Amino acid sequence: MSAAQWRKAMNSGTSIRAGVPASAAARPAQPALVDPYAHSDAPQWLKFLWRRLSARHVFVAAFVLLFPFFATPFVTFQIGAQSLALGLIALSLTFLGGYGGMVSLAQMTVAGIAGYVMAILGTSGTALSLGWPWWVVLPFAFAIAVASAVLIGWLSARTEGIYTIMITLAMGVAFYYLALQNYDIFNGFQGFQRVAPPTVFGVNWRAPLPFYFLVLFWALAGYFLVKHVIRTPFGIALQGIRDNPRRMNALGYSVVTHRVAAHALAGVIAATGGVLMVWYNGLITPGSVSTSWLINILVIAVLGGMKHPIGPFLGAIAFVLLQTFAIDLIDRERFNLLIGGVFLAIVLCSPDGLLGLWSRAKARLGSGQASSPMRSTHPDTNRRRQP
Amino acid sequence: MRVTKRTVVRSLIGAAIAGAFAGGAWAQQGPVKIGLLATLEGPFAAGGADGMRGAELALKQRGGSAGGRKVEIIKASSDAKPDVAVNATRKLVEQDKVDIMVGPLSGSEGIAVKDYAKTQPNTTFINGSSGAQATTLVDPAPNFYRFNTEGAQWMMGLGKAAMDKGYKRVMVIAEDYSFPYSQVQGFMTEFCRLGGKVPTKAWVPLGGKDYSSVIAKIPKDVDALLVVLGGADAVNFLTQYESAGGDKPMLGGSITVSQDVLNYKGKRRDSLVGTLSAGPVADAYDGADWKTFVADYQKNYPVSAGGFPSPSLFAYVYYQNMKAALDGLEAVKGDLSDGQKKYRDALGKMTLKTPTGDVKLDSNRQAIGSTFVTEVVKDDKGNLFNKVVRKVDDVDQLLGMKKEDFKIGSRDVPDCP
Repeated sequence: MSAAQWRKAMNSGTSIRAGVPASAAARPAQPALVDPYAHSDAPQWLKFLWRRLSARHVFVAAFVLLFPFFATPFVTFQIGAQSLALGLIALSLTFLGGYGGMVSLAQMTVAGIAGYVMAILGTSGTALSLGWPWWVVLPFAFAIAVASAVLIGWLSARTEGIYTIMITLAMGVAFYYLALQNYDIFNGFQGFQRVAPPTVFGVNWRAPLPFYFLVLFWALAGYFLVKHVIRTPFGIALQGIRDNPRRMNALGYSVVTHRVAAHALAGVIAATGGVLMVWYNGLITPGSVSTSWLINILVIAVLGGMKHPIGPFLGAIAFVLLQTFAIDLIDRERFNLLIGGVFLAIVLCSPDGLLGLWSRAKARLGSGQASSPMRSTHPDTNRRRQP
Repeated sequence: MRVTKRTVVRSLIGAAIAGAFAGGAWAQQGPVKIGLLATLEGPFAAGGADGMRGAELALKQRGGSAGGRKVEIIKASSDAKPDVAVNATRKLVEQDKVDIMVGPLSGSEGIAVKDYAKTQPNTTFINGSSGAQATTLVDPAPNFYRFNTEGAQWMMGLGKAAMDKGYKRVMVIAEDYSFPYSQVQGFMTEFCRLGGKVPTKAWVPLGGKDYSSVIAKIPKDVDALLVVLGGADAVNFLTQYESAGGDKPMLGGSITVSQDVLNYKGKRRDSLVGTLSAGPVADAYDGADWKTFVADYQKNYPVSAGGFPSPSLFAYVYYQNMKAALDGLEAVKGDLSDGQKKYRDALGKMTLKTPTGDVKLDSNRQAIGSTFVTEVVKDDKGNLFNKVVRKVDDVDQLLGMKKEDFKIGSRDVPDCP
């Protein structure tokens, strides 16, 4: 949203719809056509659900909860769990990039730091690991990862645009080489093997089904956290800073503090994803934080779309499916061409990634009829933000 | 809720997706499925592609079937990172339901895949070309077989050849991970036993681009350099060493002077002539079986179609392991029932006839085989190739040591400054 649009939005008194197509903020303005709970004393949560929920939500929720019972363990684990864990890391970038205007390439680094702490302080197949119990290691993993995120945020908060990308990329690459060349702590190229999630409540959390639900839980937690935060005063201020930092500064908001705080919050999300990824892989090596992965996270976020917290998850599913199955569609040496081609096609056809495709499809399919009697979607709200 | 066109369309799309996910579960009788994993990306991409050629050649020689059953190869790729290798293997085993798995290519991948193999007791895993010692020495998986000798075994004989050339002090320059550790151990075990000294070892990161600091550290009083770098790294090092005016003779690791490095088209390639190395293959070995194998490779993969002038180490080792997989199938007439019990027994007892001689397995399912000591020479067409100096037979994984004396190679083991 440009400064002009921002001004218009502020003046007209409508709530900010920045980045969220058909955002929740816009909904109370819609006349509730048939709200059976409008005048009853039904509990608050029921009213809330009735007003917020649409067929889309029910369908997605049912799908993510039920599909592992029909799919093979492979699909549950490698496609489902991996996509959600990668999506979580990309979500932290979407939060920073889509709502804070800071494209940080170091989100995989933050995730990797959390993973490395798990491996170094916890148990692994390497003698370097200290073997502390998981409930001691986890707080350390989060604390160190968030501290690194704050450091990265603090160093990059005063930069804009391409310089943010450069400085975060530099820090990411620096960490990669540190991990690659340090043997006393990071065990160099070989990293740590056999890092397994703990067995808690008698459940082996590495088994496909429990692991999937573990990842799903944290993915949903991250998703709702971001959805919530962007509507809090902090989130609104962050979006204001994205659109016009100087104006927000003049209004009395500390730009740097907000940006660093956003990095810290994104750090928590990335660290969650990082811990899940190290459990998923069962190992961590410098390869897990290499430049290709730093960029893959950006690819996932851009592929899915940066305008809504569901974007990175969609992007991650597309990414993982392509990585896994592209080799079946096209012969050996050429399969990376297919991956690149699909990415290019999606980004060229729809600058908002898969989300953009979805809202366009919705606008076309849904034109002329309302999706649900509870509310109609204005095609306008789906218009792409100007670049 | 009113059922609308959109709801119907969404449900249809959803059902289609769910169907696609569930579809992979069909297992079928018929062809034996063999999963083939090699690196087609990253630093070993050229080697990985040649590895695949080698494995395919083993199947082509049998007309695409073994033990009376058709064999279908399903390929996957990694980029030499263990997590990627396990993801690719998991896809082959759990999604494509392969009966036998052949791969991966590099050392760390091998260890990770071996750990994964333990969770899949119904699939038989046969190595690709990974050469880490720990894969079969530490905590071996009962269903992981390796019909190729590994990194340390490949270097047996080089220590003696170096002493014969009069190299008494040698500096080691090697990549910093398990496979070069093994290679250096194989060399040093023999070299130090014969009285040689290794004053310095420089461990460089895999995929490093700049070797100037290492080159600056080379002491004046060493007689030769042992360079254990793979693929693009080796080419980078050689170029930089030449331009820095280096003139020490070189000893090469098994993958340093493999065919993909000899094919390097740069100006400095002549500096490779005279390099001693050791490995499980030698271009110029004159065994009849070897010549047949090379001729077969050249016929099936001519240079014009992307093949190498003669098969690389990766092609040969993949060929060897794939041949073992197929010979095993032949021995049990394609019977993979009962958790592949018969098949595994057959593999364990097999004496594999390879183009370089017989290979047997030890109790950890690791090969005992031959090693060649070679020297790089130039033929009249200007192609570089490895001339055989010596063939060492029956090299075992403990390098002739007793089990209790043997320690797996690392940055500091063995040591003789």
